[in-house]
Amino acid sequence: MDFVFTEEQQMIRDTAESFLAQVSTSEAVRQAMESESGFDPELWQKICAEMYWQAIHIPEDFGGMGLGYVELVAMMEQMGRYLLCAPFFSTVCLGVNTLLLSASDEQKAEYLGAICEGSLTATLAYCGARGGREAGAVTATYREQDGGFVLSGDCSFVVDGMSADLLLIAAREEGSLGENGLSLFAVAADAEGLQRSKLPVLDQTRKMASLTFNQLKLEKSALLGDQGAAWPVLDRVLDLASIALAAEQMGGSQQLLDSTVEYTKERVQFNRPIASFQSIKHKAADMMLRVEAARSAVYYAACVADEALQGGPLAEELTEAASIAKAYCSDAYFKNAGEAMQMHGGVGFTWEYDVHLYFKRAKASEHMLGNAAYHRERLAHVVLD
Amino acid sequence: MKLSFSPEDEQFREEIAGWLKDNLRGEFEQLKFRGGPGDEHMFPEERKAWEQKLAEGKWTCVGWPKEYGGRGLPIEQQVIFFEEYARSGAPGRVGHIGEGLAGPTIIAFGSEKQKQKYLPGIVAGTELWCQGYSEPGAGSDLANVKTKARFDEAKGKWIINGQKVWTSLAHESDFCFVIARTDPDSKAHKGLGFFLIKMDQPGVTVRPIEQITGTSEFNEVFFDDAECDAEDIVGEPGDGWKVAMGLLGYERGVSTLGQQMAFKNELDQVVALAKENGAAQDPVMRQRIADLYLRLKIMRYNSMRMLSDDAGDGSLQKEALIYKLYWATWHRDLGELAVDVQGEAGQVLEAEPYELTRLQSLYLFVRSDTIYGGTNQVQRNIIAERGLGMPREPKW
Repeated sequence: MDFVFTEEQQMIRDTAESFLAQVSTSEAVRQAMESESGFDPELWQKICAEMYWQAIHIPEDFGGMGLGYVELVAMMEQMGRYLLCAPFFSTVCLGVNTLLLSASDEQKAEYLGAICEGSLTATLAYCGARGGREAGAVTATYREQDGGFVLSGDCSFVVDGMSADLLLIAAREEGSLGENGLSLFAVAADAEGLQRSKLPVLDQTRKMASLTFNQLKLEKSALLGDQGAAWPVLDRVLDLASIALAAEQMGGSQQLLDSTVEYTKERVQFNRPIASFQSIKHKAADMMLRVEAARSAVYYAACVADEALQGGPLAEELTEAASIAKAYCSDAYFKNAGEAMQMHGGVGFTWEYDVHLYFKRAKASEHMLGNAAYHRERLAHVVLD
Repeated sequence: MKLSFSPEDEQFREEIAGWLKDNLRGEFEQLKFRGGPGDEHMFPEERKAWEQKLAEGKWTCVGWPKEYGGRGLPIEQQVIFFEEYARSGAPGRVGHIGEGLAGPTIIAFGSEKQKQKYLPGIVAGTELWCQGYSEPGAGSDLANVKTKARFDEAKGKWIINGQKVWTSLAHESDFCFVIARTDPDSKAHKGLGFFLIKMDQPGVTVRPIEQITGTSEFNEVFFDDAECDAEDIVGEPGDGWKVAMGLLGYERGVSTLGQQMAFKNELDQVVALAKENGAAQDPVMRQRIADLYLRLKIMRYNSMRMLSDDAGDGSLQKEALIYKLYWATWHRDLGELAVDVQGEAGQVLEAEPYELTRLQSLYLFVRSDTIYGGTNQVQRNIIAERGLGMPREPKW
């Protein structure tokens, strides 16, 4: 048992941190969030070419680095700290995971190869306009026609849905319910019959879109995995993505703690730094407790995700570990964001300070991929039913 | 990161699990799941006998070095030992203060003579210890100790006068380790000594404290010209604070994983009850149960980090700094859930005049968890000051 980063993992983490400190400054984040795509394409190309992050856990056979989920999570933590605006979460945590678990070798070679090259971004679209994390949230439908498929309906809350080159879409067979009849399809962004609309959202650092399928015709080869049997795959993809998102939430919680402690040490009222007041210290201590517990949950879940992808006895804990991490980190991030704003006082309420960016990201992430209550209910089902 | 145990470790797991299964039976069957916090007053004699049974199997002090009678187990196997111990339902250890606190302190700071005199009794499970730190005026402000130690040249002994409080197991113990002021003019953490005092002597009086549970696990201990041999001070006069603080690291060691297995046993009871009485169908209860379930899991992951992340210099990493606040708050929430899950039925006593059900006892006893061993407020100060470098309150 060795529940700490290896030297190599520590190096990956440190490299990510120093790189992001340079490129994902407050100024850069604000520029990106004002832009249409939500990220700086030059920076993304730099990440792809110089850092090769997009290929982190793609197997070497498909041109990737072949590293594990612990490494991925170590980077996501830093991206959360620096609020990186880039199609990493959509392409790697949603896209690559979907492809790894569902695509044929041929499809993997094509899509993963292109992702490794930095020439393709991807995302996953699964829920309808009402949102949700459960199988029933999938409302887009498909039917077979002329040896291919026709898609109707819509998907919403699609991360980077406007900018992604490849859309991985979950749809259900017409007339099917719940976990039955789900299939995954790979659809090019410029496909005829696909309409993409920007979804303006509170958190400007992560762009969303909704997709409408107007009798969108697909070749048989667009199908990923077994027709009608995609739910177990999608469920696992969402779990893997939740673990990555939880890491990002934990990184954000850490950053809020650090910046708030720093602020309270400098801010003087009543002739002393407000950090010397116990009312402030106790809040900060609670923030640190949440960060450290979140960290333990995330690192454990990352080890589980590693085995879920590469084999090992922990693989069977995936659902539980993902729900634990996502439930705890969702609450931790939002609570820390709220406390950070409170402890910053008036300036925390200004557009100029970054606290509101984290505050907004925290709430958006909390509701993405199932909120804390959803994941607790999922655990309750295992424990109580 | 690697979380799995080696085949040797798994073999060790079978060995200890097998021993517990073979020995926790017959006269010891009644001790299963007894004697934990809130239940420490139960079956003292039987649990002392169990302590010696453990010693027969060489299952006391498993983490101690072999030269002092331990097994010198590596961390992984200590973890396994504590987990299997708790999983089996084996009773709360009456010897835990000797094994976990007194012994390690003597090993770290004691003289050769003290080691020879005291360690074998702890290993054999025949001599029990209690801890004399808190006083009526020294709670959170532990350094404000008033108990005095004066060296009597004629007798060649230390003479101890004062009062200790919240001393658990004092009435069962053979010895008490005590911090007392050796320099009467000193203040705070200076001028203290660390003494090993025999309980069975005319100058020592133990008086039980009646708690909100109606039972008494904690005691007051009065020292009226109690005597302590010259050779039974650990370190030099004035070293007491350093020696006492040296212990704190041990309190957060591998035994935390055993504590968590005991917590899991308690949570399992609450879950079973919720399933039985229908509370498991209530959406609010489901959320609360799931919340405690996941926070307990995280407590375990956090301990695994703590064990892997030892800087080796006795300093506490961040995950260790939060540990007490985390578990105490969790346990208090569990206690609350334990009665809430029962609704009105949870208010009905086991028997008159004031006999509590196990879960009622849990519900009340856990209120002490966020107070003893550093209150939640003190823990938050420590986290903020040591973990985050925030300034101390100005003195006044």
